[in-house]
Amino acid sequence: MTRRSVIPGFGLTLGFGLLYLSLLVLIPLSTIFVKSAGMGWHDFVRVAFASRTLAAYRLSFGAAAAAAAVNLAAGLLVAWVLVRYDFAGKKLVSAMVDLPFALPTAVAGIALTALYAPNGWIGQFLSPLGIKIAYTPIGITIALIFIGLPLVVRTIEPVLADMPREVEEAAETLGATRLQTFTRVLLPALFPAMLTGFALAFARGIGEYGSVIFISGNMPFATEIAPLRIVGQLEEFDYAGATAIAAVMLVVSFAMLFFINLVQIWARRRMEA
Amino acid sequence: MSHATPLRHRTGRALLIGAALLWLAFFVLLPLLSVFAQALPAAATGLTAGFKAIGHGAPVKALGAIGSGFAHSWSPYWEAITQPDALAAIKLTLIAAGIAVPANLVFGIAVSWAITKFDFPGKGLLISLVDLPLSVSPVVAGLIYVLMFGATGWFGPWLVEHDVQIVFAVPGIVLATIFVTFPFVARELIPVMTEQGRDDETAAVALGASGWQTFWHVTLPNIRWGLLYGVLLCNARAMGEFGAVSVVSGHIRGETNTMPLHVEILYNEYNFLAAFAVASLLALLALVTLVLKGLLEWRYGHGGSARH
Repeated sequence: MTRRSVIPGFGLTLGFGLLYLSLLVLIPLSTIFVKSAGMGWHDFVRVAFASRTLAAYRLSFGAAAAAAAVNLAAGLLVAWVLVRYDFAGKKLVSAMVDLPFALPTAVAGIALTALYAPNGWIGQFLSPLGIKIAYTPIGITIALIFIGLPLVVRTIEPVLADMPREVEEAAETLGATRLQTFTRVLLPALFPAMLTGFALAFARGIGEYGSVIFISGNMPFATEIAPLRIVGQLEEFDYAGATAIAAVMLVVSFAMLFFINLVQIWARRRMEA
Repeated sequence: MSHATPLRHRTGRALLIGAALLWLAFFVLLPLLSVFAQALPAAATGLTAGFKAIGHGAPVKALGAIGSGFAHSWSPYWEAITQPDALAAIKLTLIAAGIAVPANLVFGIAVSWAITKFDFPGKGLLISLVDLPLSVSPVVAGLIYVLMFGATGWFGPWLVEHDVQIVFAVPGIVLATIFVTFPFVARELIPVMTEQGRDDETAAVALGASGWQTFWHVTLPNIRWGLLYGVLLCNARAMGEFGAVSVVSGHIRGETNTMPLHVEILYNEYNFLAAFAVASLLALLALVTLVLKGLLEWRYGHGGSARH
Protein backbone atom coordinates (compact mmCIF):
# COMPACT_ATOMS: atom_id res chain seq x y z
CA MET A 1 0.00 0.00 0.00
CA THR A 2 1.50 3.30 -1.07
CA ARG A 3 0.96 6.09 1.38
CA ARG A 4 1.87 8.68 -1.24
CA SER A 5 -0.67 9.30 -3.94
CA VAL A 6 0.05 11.42 -7.03
CA ILE A 7 -3.50 12.76 -6.88
CA PRO A 8 -3.41 16.32 -5.54
CA GLY A 9 -5.67 17.98 -3.00
CA PHE A 10 -5.14 15.81 0.08
CA GLY A 11 -4.26 18.66 2.44
CA LEU A 12 -6.92 20.97 1.06
CA THR A 13 -9.85 18.54 1.11
CA LEU A 14 -9.00 16.87 4.42
CA GLY A 15 -8.22 20.22 6.04
CA PHE A 16 -11.46 21.77 4.87
CA GLY A 17 -13.43 18.67 5.78
CA LEU A 18 -12.03 18.55 9.32
CA LEU A 19 -12.51 22.27 9.83
CA TYR A 20 -16.14 22.14 8.66
CA LEU A 21 -16.82 19.00 10.73
CA SER A 22 -15.29 20.57 13.84
CA LEU A 23 -16.99 23.95 13.53
CA LEU A 24 -20.48 22.67 12.71
CA VAL A 25 -20.69 19.32 14.47
CA LEU A 26 -17.96 18.48 16.97
CA ILE A 27 -17.54 21.80 18.80
CA PRO A 28 -21.31 22.44 19.03
CA LEU A 29 -21.87 18.87 20.31
CA SER A 30 -19.11 19.30 22.89
CA THR A 31 -21.15 22.09 24.54
CA ILE A 32 -23.50 19.44 25.93
CA PHE A 33 -20.70 17.57 27.70
CA VAL A 34 -18.77 20.65 28.82
CA LYS A 35 -21.90 22.22 30.30
CA SER A 36 -22.94 18.92 31.92
CA ALA A 37 -19.48 18.45 33.43
CA GLY A 38 -19.68 21.95 34.87
CA MET A 39 -22.89 21.11 36.72
CA GLY A 40 -21.35 18.73 39.23
CA TRP A 41 -22.44 15.13 39.61
CA HIS A 42 -25.07 15.75 42.27
CA ASP A 43 -26.88 18.50 40.36
CA PHE A 44 -26.62 16.59 37.13
CA VAL A 45 -28.31 13.50 38.56
CA ARG A 46 -30.97 15.63 40.23
CA VAL A 47 -32.03 17.27 36.92
CA ALA A 48 -31.31 14.46 34.50
CA PHE A 49 -33.18 11.86 36.56
CA ALA A 50 -36.02 13.88 38.09
CA SER A 51 -39.21 11.81 38.38
CA ARG A 52 -41.02 13.62 35.54
CA THR A 53 -37.99 13.16 33.28
CA LEU A 54 -37.66 9.50 34.27
CA ALA A 55 -41.28 8.98 33.20
CA ALA A 56 -40.41 10.62 29.86
CA TYR A 57 -37.39 8.30 29.33
CA ARG A 58 -39.52 5.26 30.16
CA LEU A 59 -42.14 6.35 27.63
CA SER A 60 -39.63 7.22 24.90
CA PHE A 61 -37.56 4.06 25.33
CA GLY A 62 -40.63 1.85 25.72
CA ALA A 63 -42.50 3.24 22.70
CA ALA A 64 -39.31 3.19 20.59
CA ALA A 65 -38.62 -0.45 21.52
CA ALA A 66 -42.22 -1.50 20.82
CA ALA A 67 -42.26 0.31 17.46
CA ALA A 68 -38.87 -1.15 16.49
CA ALA A 69 -40.14 -4.65 17.35
CA VAL A 70 -43.26 -4.20 15.21
CA ASN A 71 -41.11 -2.80 12.40
CA LEU A 72 -38.81 -5.79 12.64
CA ALA A 73 -41.69 -8.13 11.75
CA ALA A 74 -43.32 -5.80 9.21
CA GLY A 75 -39.95 -4.78 7.75
CA LEU A 76 -38.90 -8.41 7.30
CA LEU A 77 -42.18 -9.13 5.51
CA VAL A 78 -41.87 -6.08 3.20
CA ALA A 79 -38.18 -6.72 2.49
CA TRP A 80 -38.95 -10.38 1.73
CA VAL A 81 -41.73 -9.46 -0.71
CA LEU A 82 -39.54 -6.83 -2.42
CA VAL A 83 -36.54 -9.15 -2.81
CA ARG A 84 -38.12 -12.50 -3.54
CA TYR A 85 -41.20 -11.76 -5.63
CA ASP A 86 -41.86 -9.95 -8.89
CA PHE A 87 -45.23 -8.35 -9.26
CA ALA A 88 -46.86 -5.42 -11.01
CA GLY A 89 -46.28 -2.12 -9.26
CA LYS A 90 -43.25 -3.28 -7.31
CA LYS A 91 -41.39 -0.01 -7.99
CA LEU A 92 -44.34 1.87 -6.52
CA VAL A 93 -44.32 -0.32 -3.41
CA SER A 94 -40.59 0.29 -3.01
CA ALA A 95 -41.17 4.05 -3.27
CA MET A 96 -43.88 3.79 -0.60
CA VAL A 97 -41.31 2.31 1.77
CA ASP A 98 -39.24 5.49 1.41
CA LEU A 99 -42.17 7.85 1.96
CA PRO A 100 -41.73 8.11 5.76
CA PHE A 101 -38.18 9.25 5.10
CA ALA A 102 -39.16 11.84 2.48
CA LEU A 103 -42.28 13.17 4.22
CA PRO A 104 -41.45 15.97 6.68
CA THR A 105 -42.02 14.75 10.23
CA ALA A 106 -44.46 17.53 11.16
CA VAL A 107 -46.64 16.59 8.18
CA ALA A 108 -46.60 12.95 9.25
CA GLY A 109 -47.47 14.06 12.77
CA ILE A 110 -50.59 16.04 11.91
CA ALA A 111 -51.69 13.45 9.32
CA LEU A 112 -51.49 10.59 11.83
CA THR A 113 -53.26 12.66 14.46
CA ALA A 114 -56.08 13.44 12.00
CA LEU A 115 -56.39 9.71 11.19
CA TYR A 116 -56.42 8.40 14.76
CA ALA A 117 -58.28 11.22 16.54
CA PRO A 118 -61.72 10.05 17.81
CA ASN A 119 -63.42 11.65 14.76
CA GLY A 120 -60.71 10.63 12.26
CA TRP A 121 -60.89 8.09 9.41
CA ILE A 122 -59.60 5.30 11.68
CA GLY A 123 -60.39 6.73 15.11
CA GLN A 124 -64.14 6.89 14.44
CA PHE A 125 -64.29 3.09 14.21
CA LEU A 126 -62.16 2.55 17.32
CA SER A 127 -63.64 5.08 19.71
CA PRO A 128 -67.08 3.33 19.98
CA LEU A 129 -65.10 0.25 21.05
CA GLY A 130 -63.46 2.28 23.78
CA ILE A 131 -60.05 2.17 22.10
CA LYS A 132 -58.15 5.44 22.24
CA ILE A 133 -55.05 5.83 20.09
CA ALA A 134 -54.37 9.53 19.61
CA TYR A 135 -53.02 11.24 22.75
CA THR A 136 -51.98 7.87 24.29
CA PRO A 137 -48.70 5.88 24.25
CA ILE A 138 -50.22 3.73 21.47
CA GLY A 139 -50.43 6.83 19.25
CA ILE A 140 -46.77 7.60 19.98
CA THR A 141 -45.85 4.02 19.05
CA ILE A 142 -47.80 4.28 15.78
CA ALA A 143 -45.93 7.47 14.85
CA LEU A 144 -42.62 5.71 15.57
CA ILE A 145 -43.70 2.68 13.51
CA PHE A 146 -44.30 5.05 10.59
CA ILE A 147 -40.89 6.74 10.99
CA GLY A 148 -38.86 3.54 11.50
CA LEU A 149 -40.19 1.35 8.68
CA PRO A 150 -37.70 2.41 5.94
CA LEU A 151 -34.75 1.95 8.31
CA VAL A 152 -35.59 -1.71 8.95
CA VAL A 153 -36.60 -2.57 5.37
CA ARG A 154 -33.52 -0.94 3.79
CA THR A 155 -31.21 -2.68 6.28
CA ILE A 156 -32.62 -6.19 5.76
CA GLU A 157 -33.24 -5.86 1.99
CA PRO A 158 -29.61 -5.90 0.69
CA VAL A 159 -28.61 -8.78 3.00
CA LEU A 160 -31.61 -10.83 1.91
CA ALA A 161 -30.84 -10.07 -1.75
CA ASP A 162 -27.25 -11.33 -1.32
CA MET A 163 -28.31 -14.57 0.32
CA PRO A 164 -27.86 -17.59 -1.94
CA ARG A 165 -31.18 -19.36 -2.47
CA GLU A 166 -29.37 -22.68 -2.90
CA VAL A 167 -29.06 -22.99 0.87
CA GLU A 168 -32.83 -22.83 1.29
CA GLU A 169 -33.37 -25.21 -1.60
CA ALA A 170 -30.86 -27.59 -0.06
CA ALA A 171 -32.68 -27.46 3.25
CA GLU A 172 -35.97 -28.22 1.53
CA THR A 173 -34.43 -31.04 -0.49
CA LEU A 174 -33.17 -32.52 2.75
CA GLY A 175 -36.76 -32.59 3.98
CA ALA A 176 -37.05 -29.42 6.03
CA THR A 177 -40.50 -27.87 6.18
CA ARG A 178 -41.01 -24.23 5.15
CA LEU A 179 -41.16 -23.22 8.80
CA GLN A 180 -37.96 -25.12 9.61
CA THR A 181 -36.17 -23.55 6.64
CA PHE A 182 -37.30 -20.14 7.85
CA THR A 183 -36.35 -20.52 11.51
CA ARG A 184 -33.20 -22.65 11.09
CA VAL A 185 -31.71 -21.29 7.86
CA LEU A 186 -33.06 -17.84 7.06
CA LEU A 187 -33.43 -16.24 10.47
CA PRO A 188 -29.90 -17.03 11.69
CA ALA A 189 -28.43 -15.64 8.46
CA LEU A 190 -30.55 -12.48 8.70
CA PHE A 191 -30.02 -12.04 12.43
CA PRO A 192 -27.23 -9.40 12.30
CA ALA A 193 -29.17 -7.31 9.76
CA MET A 194 -32.32 -7.59 11.85
CA LEU A 195 -30.44 -6.56 14.98
CA THR A 196 -28.96 -3.57 13.14
CA GLY A 197 -32.36 -2.58 11.75
CA PHE A 198 -33.91 -2.83 15.19
CA ALA A 199 -31.14 -0.71 16.73
CA LEU A 200 -31.42 1.94 13.99
CA ALA A 201 -35.19 2.18 14.37
CA PHE A 202 -34.89 2.25 18.17
CA ALA A 203 -32.23 4.99 18.09
CA ARG A 204 -34.31 7.06 15.68
CA GLY A 205 -37.40 6.50 17.82
CA ILE A 206 -35.99 7.77 21.10
CA GLY A 207 -34.91 11.05 19.51
CA GLU A 208 -37.93 11.56 17.24
CA TYR A 209 -39.87 14.76 17.82
CA GLY A 210 -41.89 16.16 14.91
CA SER A 211 -44.04 13.15 14.10
CA VAL A 212 -44.75 12.41 17.76
CA ILE A 213 -45.64 15.67 19.50
CA PHE A 214 -48.93 16.17 17.65
CA ILE A 215 -50.31 12.70 18.38
CA SER A 216 -48.84 12.34 21.88
CA GLY A 217 -50.99 14.76 23.87
CA ASN A 218 -47.91 15.83 25.86
CA MET A 219 -49.27 15.19 29.36
CA PRO A 220 -46.54 15.14 32.05
CA PHE A 221 -45.94 11.64 33.50
CA ALA A 222 -48.27 10.10 30.88
CA THR A 223 -47.59 11.05 27.25
CA GLU A 224 -44.60 13.37 27.45
CA ILE A 225 -41.57 12.11 25.46
CA ALA A 226 -37.95 12.79 26.42
CA PRO A 227 -37.17 15.24 23.55
CA LEU A 228 -40.22 17.27 24.60
CA ARG A 229 -38.77 17.50 28.13
CA ILE A 230 -35.73 19.22 26.60
CA VAL A 231 -37.95 21.69 24.75
CA GLY A 232 -40.00 22.24 27.94
CA GLN A 233 -36.87 23.06 29.98
CA LEU A 234 -35.68 25.42 27.22
CA GLU A 235 -39.00 27.26 27.23
CA GLU A 236 -38.52 27.82 30.97
CA PHE A 237 -34.98 29.08 30.21
CA ASP A 238 -33.61 26.17 32.28
CA TYR A 239 -30.61 25.55 30.00
CA ALA A 240 -28.84 23.34 32.54
CA GLY A 241 -31.89 21.08 32.83
CA ALA A 242 -32.24 20.83 29.05
CA THR A 243 -28.53 20.06 28.69
CA ALA A 244 -28.55 17.30 31.33
CA ILE A 245 -31.40 15.47 29.56
CA ALA A 246 -29.69 16.00 26.20
CA ALA A 247 -26.48 14.48 27.64
CA VAL A 248 -28.35 11.35 28.75
CA MET A 249 -29.95 11.01 25.32
CA LEU A 250 -26.63 11.56 23.52
CA VAL A 251 -24.95 8.89 25.64
CA VAL A 252 -27.74 6.43 24.79
CA SER A 253 -27.49 7.34 21.06
CA PHE A 254 -23.74 6.88 21.05
CA ALA A 255 -24.09 3.57 22.88
CA MET A 256 -26.54 2.42 20.18
CA LEU A 257 -24.14 3.57 17.47
CA PHE A 258 -21.32 1.64 19.12
CA PHE A 259 -23.56 -1.43 19.43
CA ILE A 260 -24.51 -1.22 15.73
CA ASN A 261 -20.82 -1.06 14.76
CA LEU A 262 -20.07 -4.09 16.94
CA VAL A 263 -22.89 -6.04 15.27
CA GLN A 264 -21.52 -5.11 11.84
CA ILE A 265 -18.01 -6.25 12.75
CA TRP A 266 -19.40 -9.48 14.22
CA ALA A 267 -21.51 -10.09 11.08
CA ARG A 268 -18.51 -9.52 8.81
CA ARG A 269 -16.36 -11.95 10.84
CA ARG A 270 -19.14 -14.52 10.72
CA MET A 271 -19.43 -14.14 6.94
CA GLU A 272 -15.69 -14.72 6.54
CA ALA A 273 -15.66 -17.73 8.85
CA MET B 1 -39.66 -21.25 -13.12
CA SER B 2 -42.98 -20.08 -11.74
CA HIS B 3 -44.96 -22.85 -13.43
CA ALA B 4 -42.84 -25.40 -11.57
CA THR B 5 -43.59 -23.82 -8.19
CA PRO B 6 -45.91 -25.98 -6.12
CA LEU B 7 -49.36 -24.59 -5.45
CA ARG B 8 -48.77 -24.09 -1.72
CA HIS B 9 -45.81 -21.83 -2.54
CA ARG B 10 -47.97 -19.77 -4.88
CA THR B 11 -50.68 -19.27 -2.25
CA GLY B 12 -47.98 -18.38 0.25
CA ARG B 13 -46.58 -15.86 -2.19
CA ALA B 14 -49.97 -14.22 -2.75
CA LEU B 15 -50.64 -14.11 0.98
CA LEU B 16 -47.28 -12.51 1.76
CA ILE B 17 -47.56 -9.91 -1.01
CA GLY B 18 -51.10 -9.13 0.12
CA ALA B 19 -50.06 -8.74 3.76
CA ALA B 20 -47.15 -6.45 2.85
CA LEU B 21 -49.34 -4.30 0.60
CA LEU B 22 -52.03 -4.07 3.25
CA TRP B 23 -49.52 -3.02 5.88
CA LEU B 24 -48.03 -0.31 3.64
CA ALA B 25 -51.45 0.93 2.55
CA PHE B 26 -52.59 1.23 6.13
CA PHE B 27 -49.47 2.70 7.69
CA VAL B 28 -47.98 4.72 4.83
CA LEU B 29 -50.51 5.44 2.07
CA LEU B 30 -53.42 6.34 4.34
CA PRO B 31 -51.55 9.11 6.23
CA LEU B 32 -50.40 10.56 2.90
CA LEU B 33 -53.92 10.54 1.45
CA SER B 34 -55.32 12.10 4.59
CA VAL B 35 -53.00 15.13 4.17
CA PHE B 36 -54.58 15.93 0.80
CA ALA B 37 -58.09 15.05 1.97
CA GLN B 38 -57.78 17.45 4.91
CA ALA B 39 -56.27 20.16 2.73
CA LEU B 40 -59.03 19.88 0.11
CA PRO B 41 -62.07 18.64 2.10
CA ALA B 42 -64.70 19.66 -0.47
CA ALA B 43 -62.72 17.89 -3.20
CA ALA B 44 -62.52 14.77 -1.03
CA THR B 45 -66.30 14.85 -0.46
CA GLY B 46 -66.78 15.43 -4.22
CA LEU B 47 -64.58 12.44 -5.05
CA THR B 48 -66.50 10.20 -2.63
CA ALA B 49 -69.84 11.33 -4.09
CA GLY B 50 -68.40 10.92 -7.59
CA PHE B 51 -67.33 7.31 -6.97
CA LYS B 52 -70.78 6.54 -5.55
CA ALA B 53 -72.39 8.04 -8.66
CA ILE B 54 -70.14 5.94 -10.90
CA GLY B 55 -71.25 2.93 -8.86
CA HIS B 56 -74.83 3.85 -9.65
CA GLY B 57 -73.98 4.21 -13.33
CA ALA B 58 -74.21 7.98 -13.51
CA PRO B 59 -70.87 9.17 -14.94
CA VAL B 60 -72.08 12.70 -15.78
CA LYS B 61 -73.31 13.23 -12.24
CA ALA B 62 -69.98 11.83 -11.00
CA LEU B 63 -67.99 14.32 -13.06
CA GLY B 64 -70.21 17.11 -11.79
CA ALA B 65 -69.70 16.13 -8.14
CA ILE B 66 -65.93 15.82 -8.53
CA GLY B 67 -65.67 19.07 -10.48
CA SER B 68 -67.71 21.12 -8.05
CA GLY B 69 -65.80 19.59 -5.12
CA PHE B 70 -62.49 20.76 -6.55
CA ALA B 71 -63.94 24.15 -7.45
CA HIS B 72 -65.12 24.65 -3.86
CA SER B 73 -61.82 23.52 -2.40
CA TRP B 74 -59.56 25.55 -4.59
CA SER B 75 -60.13 29.07 -3.32
CA PRO B 76 -59.63 28.44 0.45
CA TYR B 77 -56.62 26.28 -0.42
CA TRP B 78 -55.08 28.96 -2.61
CA GLU B 79 -55.79 31.57 0.06
CA ALA B 80 -54.03 29.47 2.73
CA ILE B 81 -50.87 28.96 0.71
CA THR B 82 -50.62 32.53 -0.62
CA GLN B 83 -51.31 34.27 2.66
CA PRO B 84 -48.31 36.58 3.51
CA ASP B 85 -47.14 34.49 6.51
CA ALA B 86 -47.27 31.33 4.42
CA LEU B 87 -45.31 32.98 1.60
CA ALA B 88 -42.73 34.24 4.12
CA ALA B 89 -42.42 30.67 5.49
CA ILE B 90 -41.96 29.26 1.98
CA LYS B 91 -39.30 31.88 1.28
CA LEU B 92 -37.41 31.12 4.51
CA THR B 93 -37.52 27.38 3.81
CA LEU B 94 -36.05 28.00 0.35
CA ILE B 95 -33.34 30.26 1.81
CA ALA B 96 -32.37 27.74 4.53
CA ALA B 97 -32.21 24.84 2.06
CA GLY B 98 -30.51 27.11 -0.51
CA ILE B 99 -27.60 27.68 1.88
CA ALA B 100 -27.49 24.32 3.71
CA VAL B 101 -27.55 22.09 0.62
CA PRO B 102 -24.67 23.78 -1.30
CA ALA B 103 -22.62 24.01 1.92
CA ASN B 104 -23.03 20.30 2.61
CA LEU B 105 -22.42 19.56 -1.08
CA VAL B 106 -18.99 21.24 -1.00
CA PHE B 107 -18.16 19.51 2.29
CA GLY B 108 -19.42 16.17 0.98
CA ILE B 109 -17.24 16.35 -2.12
CA ALA B 110 -14.16 17.47 -0.17
CA VAL B 111 -14.40 14.85 2.56
CA SER B 112 -15.23 12.04 0.09
CA TRP B 113 -12.22 13.04 -2.03
CA ALA B 114 -9.92 12.91 1.01
CA ILE B 115 -11.39 9.61 2.22
CA THR B 116 -11.46 7.74 -1.10
CA LYS B 117 -8.37 9.04 -2.92
CA PHE B 118 -5.87 8.84 -0.06
CA ASP B 119 -4.85 6.55 2.79
CA PHE B 120 -4.41 8.03 6.22
CA PRO B 121 -4.75 6.85 9.81
CA GLY B 122 -8.09 7.49 11.50
CA LYS B 123 -10.09 7.18 8.29
CA GLY B 124 -12.66 4.86 9.87
CA LEU B 125 -13.17 7.31 12.72
CA LEU B 126 -13.66 10.18 10.26
CA ILE B 127 -16.34 8.22 8.38
CA SER B 128 -18.15 7.54 11.68
CA LEU B 129 -17.93 11.21 12.66
CA VAL B 130 -19.44 12.28 9.33
CA ASP B 131 -22.43 10.04 10.08
CA LEU B 132 -22.70 11.23 13.68
CA PRO B 133 -25.45 13.86 13.18
CA LEU B 134 -27.82 11.09 12.03
CA SER B 135 -27.86 9.60 15.53
CA VAL B 136 -28.45 12.88 17.33
CA SER B 137 -32.03 13.80 18.23
CA PRO B 138 -33.20 16.83 16.20
CA VAL B 139 -34.05 18.61 19.44
CA VAL B 140 -30.48 18.14 20.70
CA ALA B 141 -29.22 19.38 17.31
CA GLY B 142 -31.06 22.63 17.95
CA LEU B 143 -30.04 22.85 21.60
CA ILE B 144 -26.30 22.76 20.86
CA TYR B 145 -26.52 25.97 18.83
CA VAL B 146 -28.48 27.64 21.63
CA LEU B 147 -25.65 26.65 24.00
CA MET B 148 -23.10 28.09 21.54
CA PHE B 149 -24.78 31.28 20.36
CA GLY B 150 -27.67 31.95 22.79
CA ALA B 151 -27.54 34.97 25.11
CA THR B 152 -26.03 32.81 27.91
CA GLY B 153 -24.05 30.61 25.50
CA TRP B 154 -20.31 30.40 24.86
CA PHE B 155 -20.27 33.23 22.34
CA GLY B 156 -23.42 34.90 23.72
CA PRO B 157 -21.81 37.92 25.44
CA TRP B 158 -19.62 38.69 22.44
CA LEU B 159 -22.56 38.41 20.04
CA VAL B 160 -24.73 40.64 22.20
CA GLU B 161 -21.95 43.21 22.41
CA HIS B 162 -21.60 43.28 18.63
CA ASP B 163 -25.35 43.16 18.08
CA VAL B 164 -25.28 39.93 16.08
CA GLN B 165 -28.23 37.59 16.45
CA ILE B 166 -27.74 33.96 15.45
CA VAL B 167 -30.14 31.93 17.56
CA PHE B 168 -33.86 32.74 17.28
CA ALA B 169 -33.05 34.25 13.89
CA VAL B 170 -32.33 33.08 10.35
CA PRO B 171 -28.62 32.16 10.85
CA GLY B 172 -29.59 29.71 13.63
CA ILE B 173 -32.16 28.08 11.36
CA VAL B 174 -29.53 27.69 8.64
CA LEU B 175 -26.99 26.21 11.11
CA ALA B 176 -29.52 23.69 12.49
CA THR B 177 -30.50 22.72 8.93
CA ILE B 178 -26.84 22.19 7.99
CA PHE B 179 -26.38 19.95 11.05
CA VAL B 180 -29.30 17.62 10.38
CA THR B 181 -28.49 17.29 6.65
CA PHE B 182 -24.74 17.10 7.23
CA PRO B 183 -23.98 13.47 6.15
CA PHE B 184 -26.36 13.04 3.20
CA VAL B 185 -24.07 13.99 0.28
CA ALA B 186 -20.93 12.41 1.76
CA ARG B 187 -22.57 9.05 2.55
CA GLU B 188 -23.78 8.73 -1.06
CA LEU B 189 -20.44 9.81 -2.55
CA ILE B 190 -18.07 7.70 -0.42
CA PRO B 191 -19.32 4.30 -1.72
CA VAL B 192 -19.54 5.57 -5.33
CA MET B 193 -16.03 7.05 -5.28
CA THR B 194 -14.59 3.99 -3.52
CA GLU B 195 -15.96 1.81 -6.28
CA GLN B 196 -14.52 4.13 -8.95
CA GLY B 197 -11.02 3.74 -7.50
CA ARG B 198 -8.07 6.02 -8.14
CA ASP B 199 -6.75 4.87 -11.53
CA ASP B 200 -8.59 7.45 -13.63
CA GLU B 201 -7.39 10.35 -11.52
CA THR B 202 -3.83 9.00 -11.31
CA ALA B 203 -3.74 8.69 -15.10
CA ALA B 204 -5.13 12.21 -15.60
CA VAL B 205 -2.51 13.69 -13.29
CA ALA B 206 0.26 11.70 -14.99
CA LEU B 207 -0.89 13.18 -18.31
CA GLY B 208 -0.41 16.64 -16.85
CA ALA B 209 -3.92 17.63 -15.71
CA SER B 210 -4.18 19.94 -12.72
CA GLY B 211 -6.10 18.87 -9.63
CA TRP B 212 -9.08 21.01 -10.56
CA GLN B 213 -9.10 19.74 -14.19
CA THR B 214 -8.90 16.18 -12.91
CA PHE B 215 -11.88 16.68 -10.64
CA TRP B 216 -13.95 18.58 -13.18
CA HIS B 217 -13.30 16.40 -16.26
CA VAL B 218 -12.52 12.97 -14.81
CA THR B 219 -14.11 12.53 -11.37
CA LEU B 220 -17.28 14.61 -11.67
CA PRO B 221 -18.68 12.82 -14.77
CA ASN B 222 -18.23 9.52 -12.90
CA ILE B 223 -20.00 10.57 -9.73
CA ARG B 224 -22.69 12.91 -11.03
CA TRP B 225 -25.63 10.55 -10.42
CA GLY B 226 -24.51 9.74 -6.90
CA LEU B 227 -24.00 13.44 -6.32
CA LEU B 228 -27.53 14.27 -7.52
CA TYR B 229 -28.92 11.47 -5.36
CA GLY B 230 -27.22 12.87 -2.27
CA VAL B 231 -28.34 16.42 -3.06
CA LEU B 232 -31.92 15.22 -3.50
CA LEU B 233 -32.04 13.47 -0.11
CA CYS B 234 -30.22 16.39 1.54
CA ASN B 235 -32.72 18.87 0.10
CA ALA B 236 -35.77 16.84 1.16
CA ARG B 237 -34.57 16.73 4.74
CA ALA B 238 -33.47 20.39 4.69
CA MET B 239 -36.89 21.64 3.60
CA GLY B 240 -38.80 19.33 5.92
CA GLU B 241 -36.75 19.57 9.12
CA PHE B 242 -38.87 20.40 12.13
CA GLY B 243 -37.38 19.57 15.55
CA ALA B 244 -33.94 21.16 15.24
CA VAL B 245 -35.27 24.25 13.51
CA SER B 246 -38.09 24.56 16.02
CA VAL B 247 -35.61 24.87 18.92
CA VAL B 248 -33.51 27.64 17.31
CA SER B 249 -36.37 29.51 15.66
CA GLY B 250 -37.95 32.36 17.56
CA HIS B 251 -41.35 31.29 16.18
CA ILE B 252 -41.95 34.80 14.92
CA ARG B 253 -44.67 34.68 12.27
CA GLY B 254 -43.54 35.98 8.92
CA GLU B 255 -39.93 36.21 10.10
CA THR B 256 -38.41 33.05 11.58
CA ASN B 257 -41.00 30.45 10.56
CA THR B 258 -40.14 27.82 8.04
CA MET B 259 -42.91 25.84 6.33
CA PRO B 260 -43.00 22.96 8.87
CA LEU B 261 -43.07 25.48 11.74
CA HIS B 262 -45.86 27.40 10.01
CA VAL B 263 -47.83 24.15 9.78
CA GLU B 264 -47.41 23.66 13.53
CA ILE B 265 -48.59 27.19 14.39
CA LEU B 266 -51.67 26.92 12.17
CA TYR B 267 -52.46 23.48 13.59
CA ASN B 268 -52.15 24.65 17.19
CA GLU B 269 -54.51 27.53 16.36
CA TYR B 270 -57.06 24.92 15.19
CA ASN B 271 -56.80 26.34 11.67
CA PHE B 272 -56.67 22.79 10.30
CA LEU B 273 -57.59 23.67 6.71
CA ALA B 274 -54.67 26.08 6.34
CA ALA B 275 -52.30 23.78 8.28
CA PHE B 276 -53.02 20.88 5.95
CA ALA B 277 -52.89 23.14 2.87
CA VAL B 278 -49.29 24.14 3.70
CA ALA B 279 -48.56 20.54 4.76
CA SER B 280 -49.80 19.33 1.37
CA LEU B 281 -47.11 21.44 -0.32
CA LEU B 282 -44.50 19.63 1.80
CA ALA B 283 -46.15 16.29 0.95
CA LEU B 284 -45.90 17.21 -2.75
CA LEU B 285 -42.21 17.94 -2.23
CA ALA B 286 -41.83 14.46 -0.73
CA LEU B 287 -43.62 12.89 -3.71
CA VAL B 288 -41.47 14.80 -6.22
CA THR B 289 -38.38 13.70 -4.27
CA LEU B 290 -39.46 10.06 -4.46
CA VAL B 291 -40.19 10.28 -8.20
CA LEU B 292 -36.80 11.87 -8.91
CA LYS B 293 -35.13 9.30 -6.65
CA GLY B 294 -36.80 6.52 -8.61
CA LEU B 295 -35.65 8.07 -11.89
CA LEU B 296 -32.07 8.36 -10.62
CA GLU B 297 -32.06 4.75 -9.41
CA TRP B 298 -33.32 3.66 -12.80
CA ARG B 299 -30.80 5.87 -14.63
CA TYR B 300 -27.69 4.98 -12.67
CA GLY B 301 -28.69 1.72 -11.11
CA HIS B 302 -28.46 2.63 -7.46
CA GLY B 303 -29.15 -0.60 -5.62
CA GLY B 304 -31.52 1.01 -3.15
CA SER B 305 -28.93 0.30 -0.50
CA ALA B 306 -29.05 3.84 0.83
CA ARG B 307 -29.57 3.68 4.55
CA HIS B 308 -31.12 6.84 5.81
